Amino acid sequence: MKLLRNLLKSPMFVIGAVLFFGTILFAIFAPFFIDLKTAMDRVGGQYLEPSGSFWLGTDDLGRDYVKLLLQGLRSSLYVGFLAGVLATTVGTLVGIYGGFKGGIIDDILNMFTNLFIVIPSFVVLILVSASLEQGRSLTIIALLIGATTWPWTARSVRAQASSLKSRDHISLARINGANTLQIIYKHILPYLASYVFMVFIMQVASGILSESAISMIGLGPMDNVSLGVILNQAKNAGALGDGIWWGIFPASIIITVIVFALFLINNSMEGVFNPRLRK
Amino acid sequence: MPTNPIFSAKNVSMHFGHGKKLVKAVDDVTFDIADGEIISIVGGSGCGKSVLAKVMLGLYKQTSGEFKYHGNDITNQRDHWNDVQSVFQDPFSCFNQFFTIRAQLKDAFGILKTKLTKEEIDQRVDRALLAVNVTPADIEGKYPFELSGGQMQRMLLARIFALRPKVLLADEPTSMVDACVRANILDYLMKLKQELGMTIVFVTHDIGLAYYVSDRIFIMHEGKIVESGVPDEVALNPKSPVTIQLIDDIPEIHKEWIKR
Amino acid sequence: MSAIFEVENLSLHYLSRWGQKIHAVTDVSFSMKKGEILGIAGESGCGKSTLVNGLMGLFIPPLYPTSGDVRVNGESLMNRTPQDIRSNILSRKVSMIPQGAFNALNPTRKVKDIAADVIVAHLQKGGVTRKESYDLLRERFDLFGMDTERILNSFPIQLTAGERQRSVIGISTLLNPQMVIADEPTSALDVSTQKVVIKMIFDLLEKNIFSTMIFITHELPLLRHVADNIGIMYAGEFVEYGTAEQIVFDPRHPYTKALMGAMLSAEPGQREKKPVAIEGAPPSLAKIISGCRFAERCPSARPDCKLRSQAIRMVAGRQVRCEYAD
Repeated sequence: MKLLRNLLKSPMFVIGAVLFFGTILFAIFAPFFIDLKTAMDRVGGQYLEPSGSFWLGTDDLGRDYVKLLLQGLRSSLYVGFLAGVLATTVGTLVGIYGGFKGGIIDDILNMFTNLFIVIPSFVVLILVSASLEQGRSLTIIALLIGATTWPWTARSVRAQASSLKSRDHISLARINGANTLQIIYKHILPYLASYVFMVFIMQVASGILSESAISMIGLGPMDNVSLGVILNQAKNAGALGDGIWWGIFPASIIITVIVFALFLINNSMEGVFNPRLRK
Repeated sequence: MPTNPIFSAKNVSMHFGHGKKLVKAVDDVTFDIADGEIISIVGGSGCGKSVLAKVMLGLYKQTSGEFKYHGNDITNQRDHWNDVQSVFQDPFSCFNQFFTIRAQLKDAFGILKTKLTKEEIDQRVDRALLAVNVTPADIEGKYPFELSGGQMQRMLLARIFALRPKVLLADEPTSMVDACVRANILDYLMKLKQELGMTIVFVTHDIGLAYYVSDRIFIMHEGKIVESGVPDEVALNPKSPVTIQLIDDIPEIHKEWIKR
Repeated sequence: MSAIFEVENLSLHYLSRWGQKIHAVTDVSFSMKKGEILGIAGESGCGKSTLVNGLMGLFIPPLYPTSGDVRVNGESLMNRTPQDIRSNILSRKVSMIPQGAFNALNPTRKVKDIAADVIVAHLQKGGVTRKESYDLLRERFDLFGMDTERILNSFPIQLTAGERQRSVIGISTLLNPQMVIADEPTSALDVSTQKVVIKMIFDLLEKNIFSTMIFITHELPLLRHVADNIGIMYAGEFVEYGTAEQIVFDPRHPYTKALMGAMLSAEPGQREKKPVAIEGAPPSLAKIISGCRFAERCPSARPDCKLRSQAIRMVAGRQVRCEYAD
């Protein structure tokens, strides 16, 4: 609670949190007022300018951009969270296990982690996506992103866990008779929680960005629109050259705002959690 | 060498890493410790004394050699910790900052073979706190960071009072506190020893402390025990050049040291 | 000769996380002549480290000066911004040797770069290039009889604890400061390394790299060999202040007596002695304390000790903060 109060003192955090949670609430509740079933239907002419009936205009297929963007936002958040959860869970488990166990197991896990870090994940993402001609769904894209970004979490969590391991309170817990699981759960995770949460936020942000990027170059999900897919379609239809700003700007701005908000949250948390940065 | 020793080490080594990075933290040490003895293991930083203590505590398994507790190998750590307990150096890093002190003192009872009821545990914690002159109400609901270093050190001692082990391994128990508090902590430890007939092993760099409390002193250097014997012999009449150097390096009030 | 360093009724406080005022240092006064070494001793939490920041005039929130003055060569260090202090006072006029050499050295840079940064930052106006600063460094490190090339080209982690601490001392004194404040410079080291580090400090004194020093430690026997004068701190106050001989061999304040009585040393007859153990802890400094701060734990306290705050008085040629001391 004290933590939350400290966080709320930071204007960066408040702005970031308001933006981000505002976006999430909007993504969750807006469909009650805007019918998304018709999002993919042609409702008007090609590239209609924003007007009273279509607030943000229509795309090249005559679809309402408001509905498309809402659907795209929901998809992007879904990808971001799923990728973030996957990367954080795998990364934390690998990191804690390796860092705490040490020895050969740690060496092997560490080697894998470093291997994954060295391989340019975006290239892997492109190659795998391209090879999945059929059935490239949102979920699969999210899992792919998660599977390529976990090593960052693993590496930093491992460093923290192995420095915690040699702390006396772990030795004390052991001679108190706690088993490895209890030690990880009671004596390591609480110390890492704030840190893992911060990494999670960054993973969500990078998940959203990666998805947009991969969709932008046409390797996005086939079954759904996302913010990246919208940009890709606008680009393909020549929106850039024809001055169709409503095809490009709204989607770009939404991505920027979400990622920016997440960065703000992460940054302000670092200030609160890391006493050395505390002024 | 005592007959029927509580600890007996024969050519015990503890190595870390391998190949070029091999570190012989403990290198071929042999000793016996009798039941009820007070031993001090003295040496500079990195001499292997803390590692040796961790072998005795069963946290590390020696790389080679024989280490026996009451004539048996340490096979079951939990059984070992029922008898052998430890106080660590830095009281601040010994407690988990997310739980109250009292909860952590109660946690310790998990290691005892005799299972106690909740009421018995509470009673024993209260009695242990009183034994180190802390009113239980004073730490009620308190977290580790709310206490001072001296108070925390006493909490670690209270834990020992509560568990009543047969052997106590005290790793630099007084290095973080000033002289008056140190004397105070030693008083408590001696009280414990009298009450429980405990065997105590001090691990320390402070030869003054070792001289004052121990029955025997082991001097360690680069993983080896280079000299051992009764305090008057080791501290006042040292034979090993390591011990001589060590004693020479300590600034004492009545002794010449380096001149300005 | 006039005083080089003067501290006048210095009181400091800081704000706790809950906005409480903690009066960490109260009414500390002393003055030092050129060439003097003053030792300050006290247990952890007595305000030693807070005092160090105050003595340098370095007030970074949550630390604030309450009252008093600190002067170097007559120049006051109070009411100045940390930037001003860092660029105009530190390193050249007053320099500090910190306790944890590991925290003081940036782990990602080589020792020579860390040191060159200090030189370049302070001598910019004189136009010292980085290369010239390396030469200066080599010259200075050679003076210490250190393995200059290896140490300068190492990262902090590649050095032993002793080498690190000696490097820190070398860097802190590069610009020949008028005053050095050493805050527990050897507390993290073992006795043999401590001796090497102290030898280096003596060496610097002899070579006149600096001549005036405040040495802070919790180890009284060490001060007996290092300091000319000693101040004993308890709960934020100087309780006794006199020459090293006076304090160590003839303490007059009950707390100093207790400290000396609690010493354990490997000397004949010490096994039979009963060290003085004092119960309890120093009072919380969150409140203004009205009576004597040591009264709670004092073996020779009288009923009225808790009622009156104690003023400094002269006893047997030194300052003592106890009206019953004799």
